[in-house]
Amino acid sequence: MTDNTSSTEEPLNPVRILFSKPWIWAFVAAALTFAATSLVAGSGAGSLFYAALTFAAFSAIVGIGQMLVITLGPGNVDLSIPASMTLSATLALKFMDSETALIVPGLLVAIGVGIGCGLVNFALILLLRIPPIIATLSASFLYQSLAIWSNRGLRIKPPEPLADFATGGALGIPNVAVIGILLAICAWVLLERSIAGRWISAIGQNLRAARLSGVPVNAVRFGVYVNSAVCAALAGFLLASFSGGANLNMGTEYMLMSIAVVVIGGSSIGGGNSNVPGIWGAALFMFLIVSMLNSYGLGAGVRLILTGLVIVGVVALASRKGYDV
Amino acid sequence: MSFGPVHALRAATLEIAAGECIGLVGHNGAGKSTLANVINGRLSPTQGAVTYRAGDATLTNGQKAQASGVRSVFQELSLCPNLTVLENLRIPFRTMPRKNWRRVARQKMQDALDLVFPGHGIKPSATVGNLTIAERQMVEIAIAFADRDSEPSLVILDEPTSSLDAAIAQQLLDHIKRFCTEGGAVLFISHMMGEIFDVSTRIVIMKDGQIVDDQPARNFTRESIVDAMGHVAPDDTDTGATRTAKTLGAEVVRAENGLNARQGEIVGLAGLAGHGQAEALAQIFFDHSSVWKSSGNPEVVFVAGDRTRDGVMPLWSILRNLSLTTLSEFSNRILVDRGKESDLVQNWKQRIGIRTDNVSNPILSLSGGNQQKVLFARALASSAPIVVMDDPMRGVDVGTKKEVYQMIRDEAAKGRSFLWYSTETDEILECDRVFVFRTGHIAAELSGDEITEENILAASFEMQEAAV
Repeated sequence: MTDNTSSTEEPLNPVRILFSKPWIWAFVAAALTFAATSLVAGSGAGSLFYAALTFAAFSAIVGIGQMLVITLGPGNVDLSIPASMTLSATLALKFMDSETALIVPGLLVAIGVGIGCGLVNFALILLLRIPPIIATLSASFLYQSLAIWSNRGLRIKPPEPLADFATGGALGIPNVAVIGILLAICAWVLLERSIAGRWISAIGQNLRAARLSGVPVNAVRFGVYVNSAVCAALAGFLLASFSGGANLNMGTEYMLMSIAVVVIGGSSIGGGNSNVPGIWGAALFMFLIVSMLNSYGLGAGVRLILTGLVIVGVVALASRKGYDV
Repeated sequence: MSFGPVHALRAATLEIAAGECIGLVGHNGAGKSTLANVINGRLSPTQGAVTYRAGDATLTNGQKAQASGVRSVFQELSLCPNLTVLENLRIPFRTMPRKNWRRVARQKMQDALDLVFPGHGIKPSATVGNLTIAERQMVEIAIAFADRDSEPSLVILDEPTSSLDAAIAQQLLDHIKRFCTEGGAVLFISHMMGEIFDVSTRIVIMKDGQIVDDQPARNFTRESIVDAMGHVAPDDTDTGATRTAKTLGAEVVRAENGLNARQGEIVGLAGLAGHGQAEALAQIFFDHSSVWKSSGNPEVVFVAGDRTRDGVMPLWSILRNLSLTTLSEFSNRILVDRGKESDLVQNWKQRIGIRTDNVSNPILSLSGGNQQKVLFARALASSAPIVVMDDPMRGVDVGTKKEVYQMIRDEAAKGRSFLWYSTETDEILECDRVFVFRTGHIAAELSGDEITEENILAASFEMQEAAV
């Protein structure tokens, strides 16, 4: 049982460090799909990139909120994201009623609705002790019904300047992507540098131990659920402004999307360990994979099958790598 | 045997014959648990070989060990908490008849428990998660000694008594002696010298991954063992010496059940394991801390004894684990002050002697005792005036214990209060005042010279109630 192997340090090669990060695979996959799509699309690479950034921004914004929730540990997931998006967008656009002067109050209304949804979600979880999956799912029926009731099938256009902002961009970067990137930077600082981020991760690893170490567990969980709903509300507000008005199924695809970008991005589904850059890589990838398969002219069925297979592949690759704390 | 950059074991040669009881001692991180894991086949040696009595060469070490009747009981309890006691017996019992197995398993489990711990009071149909840590340990030990598909030939016990109280521990020691007389072999890992001398026929001493001494037990004395382990000889006379000349401050904490502590006092919680001491401590912590807001100067901090359940953050580094409690004390309110964090951790690594090259290694790369030191440092680094300790010395070696006792006394002299639950008598004797628990209630309050092993035991058992 002797052991003579010397403990050779691995050389600190920047490429090696980069490839030890679990989020790198989402970016690699996004880059590959981008290249493959560009081959077919030919000259349209620039506009494809622009479109990818725009649509990825919406997924990234809801993904950041969802990531923090998932970091809280097994069983924590926010399924009310689509309904919160729809409700906040509907109420905010109804409030603004296409009036330019009401843009800022309208944004505040959307955020206020988000805070309200987060409060209801967490109240259900804490006071009624309902598991988060059930609590957020059942609350989402409530939000969706409210949206239907207030909307009554009307499609109200966003104020002109707001629509211009949401569809516009500067220096080849869409405005919504700038917002998404700023939010990602805030989330990175929160998780990697702040005390609250340590608390979130601690709760995700062992709630009881976190409590016994003096972490204010309820305050942290409360903040995380409210944050998720606010992210959803903001994404809903921007998406409605971008697409010329709120509609009742605008959030539907973001249920799965918000979870997929977290997982593909390299965050641990078991909690405690999360990965902010991966959200963006995964969001880009999720958009690009669909456009790639579209541009190859594949039918909807094949597209879904291939999307599923590719997601499984990326997750398998990323999860072979250890985490890096 | 090496874990990444750490050599846990080198040049360790050990032969175990039938009928022997080997006492394995060494400080934390000396490689005792690793040696045990190499013997039971759970780890494969990087170099060298392990030979067993049975099993042909094509099998893995783990299969050979199983075929030879090697059984292990670990420091980290390894039962499935969501299953019942009898179901846990079923897992290693490969040849259990399929039909009616519950009845068979119940009988086998009952027999196994009765054999080792007569009068145990554990129901085979109880769910393990609802048992106390001591009962879980008893179940695990009983399963190891149980007559299953094969007979046990070598039973490895890694700190089996650390969560058992004295009476139960004695039952175990008696059983070990009986088992060895009948031709079985035991590898007994413990930090408790009394137990080592009680049961061992041979004593093996490990230090820094090597076996430094291996002789029949009669050739050793307590002092010579401690010397060989490489720590200063424990000075038994210092316990209690400081107890007399102490002025205590005002009462700082009082719980509903009457448990209380004054400023600068070390209060012990004694009694048989699992009689409500841990719950009483957790309650004090919960009553004096908030789930809604974190305080820059917390009232109370907690040192966990059940590391996996109450303490360790398994994904994190040593550094992050150590600084968790004190983040909001030593940083500004928003961001982590990483310079201060690093200073704090380096400082405690020195003070409490955490054996690692680099504090950014994962916490799980440390041995059990060293993980415990990290949890200690996590709490003591705080400025909180009350420290609650739930049997915090499980798996900590003698030398470190003495240092920690001294640290606790110094901190108490500076005005901190300690509430200390322990299953070990010598720790209880460190205390200024002792509450003895029985069935969830305080059975006796002892102070000063009344704190003796006899008084504590007397108060722990119901039939002597009148005498208290």
